[in-house]
Amino acid sequence: MLGNLTWAAIPFNQPLPLYAMGVVGIIILAVLGIITKKGWWPYLWREWLTSVDHKRIGVMYLILALVMLLRGYTDAIMMRSQQAIAIGGAQGYLPPDHYNQIFSSHGTIMIFFVAMPFVIGLMNFVVPLQLGVRDVAFPVLNSVSFWLSASGALLINVSLVIGNFARTGWMGYPPLSGLAFSPDAGVDYYLWLLQISGIGTLFAGINMVTTILKLRAPGMTYFRMPVFCWSALTSSILIIVAFPILTATFAMLLLDRYLGMHFFTNDAGGNVMMYVNLFWAWGHPEVYILILPAFGIFSEVIATFSGKPLFSYRSMILALLAICVLSFMVWLHHFFTMGASANVNAFFGIMSMIIGVPTGVKVFNWLFTMFQGRIVFTTPVLFSIGFMVTFVIGGMTGILLAVPPVDFVLHNSVFLVAHFHNVIIGGVLFGVLAGYNYWFPKAFGFILDERWGKASFWCWLIGFYLAFTPLYALGLMGMTRRLQHIADPNWRPLLLVAELGAIIVFLAIVCMMVQLYVSIRTRESRRDLTGDPWNGRTLEWATSSPPPAYNFAVMPRVETIDAFWEMKQRRLAAVEPAYETIEMPRNSATAFVIAFFAVATGFALIWHIWWMAILGLLAIFVTVLVFGWSENREREIPANEMARMERARLHFGRPA
Amino acid sequence: MTIATIDALSPELVPGRGGGGPAPTRTVVAYGFWLFIISDITMFSALFAAYAVLSGRTADGPTGSELFNLRHVFIETMCLLLSSYTCGLGALSAERRQRDRYLVFAVLTFVLGAAFLYIEVSEFAGMVSRGAGPSRSAFLSAFFTLVGMHGAHVTAGLIWLTYMMAQVVAKGLRPRVLQRLLCFSLFWHALDIIWIGVITVVYLMGAP
Repeated sequence: MLGNLTWAAIPFNQPLPLYAMGVVGIIILAVLGIITKKGWWPYLWREWLTSVDHKRIGVMYLILALVMLLRGYTDAIMMRSQQAIAIGGAQGYLPPDHYNQIFSSHGTIMIFFVAMPFVIGLMNFVVPLQLGVRDVAFPVLNSVSFWLSASGALLINVSLVIGNFARTGWMGYPPLSGLAFSPDAGVDYYLWLLQISGIGTLFAGINMVTTILKLRAPGMTYFRMPVFCWSALTSSILIIVAFPILTATFAMLLLDRYLGMHFFTNDAGGNVMMYVNLFWAWGHPEVYILILPAFGIFSEVIATFSGKPLFSYRSMILALLAICVLSFMVWLHHFFTMGASANVNAFFGIMSMIIGVPTGVKVFNWLFTMFQGRIVFTTPVLFSIGFMVTFVIGGMTGILLAVPPVDFVLHNSVFLVAHFHNVIIGGVLFGVLAGYNYWFPKAFGFILDERWGKASFWCWLIGFYLAFTPLYALGLMGMTRRLQHIADPNWRPLLLVAELGAIIVFLAIVCMMVQLYVSIRTRESRRDLTGDPWNGRTLEWATSSPPPAYNFAVMPRVETIDAFWEMKQRRLAAVEPAYETIEMPRNSATAFVIAFFAVATGFALIWHIWWMAILGLLAIFVTVLVFGWSENREREIPANEMARMERARLHFGRPA
Repeated sequence: MTIATIDALSPELVPGRGGGGPAPTRTVVAYGFWLFIISDITMFSALFAAYAVLSGRTADGPTGSELFNLRHVFIETMCLLLSSYTCGLGALSAERRQRDRYLVFAVLTFVLGAAFLYIEVSEFAGMVSRGAGPSRSAFLSAFFTLVGMHGAHVTAGLIWLTYMMAQVVAKGLRPRVLQRLLCFSLFWHALDIIWIGVITVVYLMGAP
C-alpha cells in the first residue's frame, strides 16, 4: 500500500533533524494559522496562488529563493562548524551519514532553489516591463514554471523529515548514486525533485525567449533592447538547450535505478564517465545561465547610478553571445583527471581560458561606464563594485584551474570550493541582491532602507572573504573537499577564520531581514510616488511603482536605446493618451493543481507507491486536457474602464 | 507572403520582427512551440550520444545485427513518413476550413501512427521474450531508451491527435483550434526528423 515507506523512514533516533522538523512545523502551522484567522485565504488564492501576472510570479520566485537561502545557509554553517570542531581527536557533532546529506543538499538547494529562482524571478519581473509589454508570451505556462519549482523545493524539505537525502554530493555521480551503492530513497529524492523543477525551468526559458523575440513594444529593435533583456535572452537560450540534457541524464540514471538498466553501472557495459560528461554538458552552461542575468543587472545598475549610457553597448551584447556559444565547449574542465588524452585536455583548457575574455571585456565596459560618471553609492552600486573586485579574483583562480596540470593538483580540493563560491557568491549572489535592492521599489512602491542594505553588503563582502580566502590556502595545503573529519591540526586556525566568515555572512542575512522589516514598517515615509526613484534609463521606470496589472495603459513607442531616458530628455509631457480596449490573461488554478499532483506523484515515485503515482499522473493529464479545452482565457479591459483606472492612478488633470 | 517579401519590408513594419511591436498570437504560439521542439531534440541528442557510446557494449549479449529486422523497420518507416504526409494534408484542409476532409486525414494519420507503434511494440516484445530486454546489457538499455522514447512521443502524439479531433468536432475550426493544430503538426513532423536519426544511427549503422 505504501511502497517502501515505513516508520523507519522517520529519523526518530536522530535528534537534529527531528528538532529542525519540529521548529519548521511550528512556523508553518503558525503562518497557516495567522492566514486562516485573518481570513486571508481568498485574497491569497485570488491574487497570488492562481495569479498569472508576471510581476506576482516574479515576486513569488524571489520569496521562494529567500526562504530557501535560509535553508541552504543553515546547511553551510553546519558544515563549517563541523569542520571547525572535528579536528584531530575531536569528532564533531555531525555523524558522517548526516554530514554527507548536508553537503549534498547544500549544493542542490543553493543552485536549484536559491540561485535559479532568484535569477528567473528577476527576469520574470523585469523583462516584460523593460520591453514595454503587458505580460510574458505564455502567462499560464509561467505560473506552471513557478509552481513546479516550488514543488521541487517542497520535496527537498520533505526529505529532511521522511527518509533522507542523497549522500552523493550535488552532482550525484554514479556508481555511488546507482542502486548498488545508494539503495535507499535519498538519490531518488534528488532525481525526482530535480526532474520536476527542471521541467519548470525549461518552460520558463521557452517563455522568456518567446517573449523577448516576439513581444516587444513598437520600435524596440534588437539593438534598442536593454542589456538586461539581452542577458535574459542568452540565459534563457542556454536553459532551452542545456536543461534537456540534464533531464535525459537523470532519466537514464532513474532507469538504472528503477528498471535495472545499465547506463551508468559498473557491470554489463555501463559507462560511469558518460554520466559525468553529460552532467557537465548541462552543468557548465548552467553556470552561465546563472551569471549572465547577473551581468545584465550590473549593467543596468551601473549605467543608472553613473548617470551615463552603458559604455560600448554592442560589445557587451557580443560578449554575452560569445559566452552563450563558448559555454558549451568547456565542460570537460570539470574533470580533467578523467584520463582523456593530453590533446583533449589542452583543447578544453584553452577554451576555458578563452571564455574568460568576453567576461574581461564586460568588466572594462563597466569600469568605463563609471569613469567620469556621477556615481551615486547606493546599495546596488556597492554590490556591483564588490562584485567587480571579487569576481575578477574568482575569474583568475578559475584561469589557474583551467591549466590541466594545475588542475591535477587542485582537483577536488577546497581550492576548487573556494573558486566556485568566489564566482557564485561574488557574481550571482551579489548580482541578484543588487537587483533585489534596485527593483524592489518598482515591485512594492517603496524604497528599501539604505543603511541596513549597506550593512548587509559589508557583512556579505567581509564574510565572504573571511570564509573562502582560507579555503584557497587550505586547498593548496592539500585539504580535499567534503571532509567530515580533519586529521591535520595545523589547519585549525584557517578553519576557525572560515567559521568566523560564515558567522559574518549570517549577520549579512540578518541585516537583510532587518532591512526588509524596517522598510515595511516605515514604508509610508519611503514611498516612490514618481515610479522613477533612481532616475532610470529603461522602460520599467516609465510606469508607476508598483505598476498596474497591465503594466502600460498604452504601449510606449521606442526610438532609441535607453528609451525612457530619451523620453525624459525630450520632456515628453504627460499628456493623456487615447486609451484602447486591451486583453489581459485571466487567473488560472491550472498551475497550482498541476504542482499539487506533481508533488504527490514525485513522492509516490520516490517511495515506490505505484497506485499513487499512476493516480497523480492521471490527475495531471486530466488537468492539462481541461486547460487545453478552455477558450475563455482572456478578459477584456474596455477603453473607458482603462481611462477611469489610469485617471485614478495618475491624477491626470489634477493639481499636483 | 514569402520570406523574401517579408525581408524586403522595413523591420518597422513587421510585427514580431524588429520594431513592429508584438507579433500576432498565432506566431507567438508557434514560435514558443518551435522552441519546445528544439528542447525536445536536445533531449534526444543526449540519448543519441548515450547510444553512440554504449552501442558496442553488449556484455556478451546479442548485438544489433542479431536483433534488428530491417524489413520491419522499412515498413515502420513508411508508416511514419506517410502519416506525416496525411498530417500535412490534414493541416491544409484545416487551413481551408474543410472540417470533414480534415477529419478523414486525421483518422488516416492516426491509423498510420498506430500501425507504426504496433510494429515497434511487437518488435520490442519479441526482443524481450528472447531474453534481450533493456536490462540485458548497456547497449540494450540505450537502444530501448532511445527508440522507446521516440515511441513514447508517438503515443503522446496519438493521444493529442484524438483530443484535437474531438476539439474540431465539438468546436469547429476556429482560430484557437487552428493554433493548436499547427502545434500538433509541428510536433508530428519533428518526430519524423528524429526517426530519420534513429533509423540511421540505430538500424542502418547497427544492422550489418
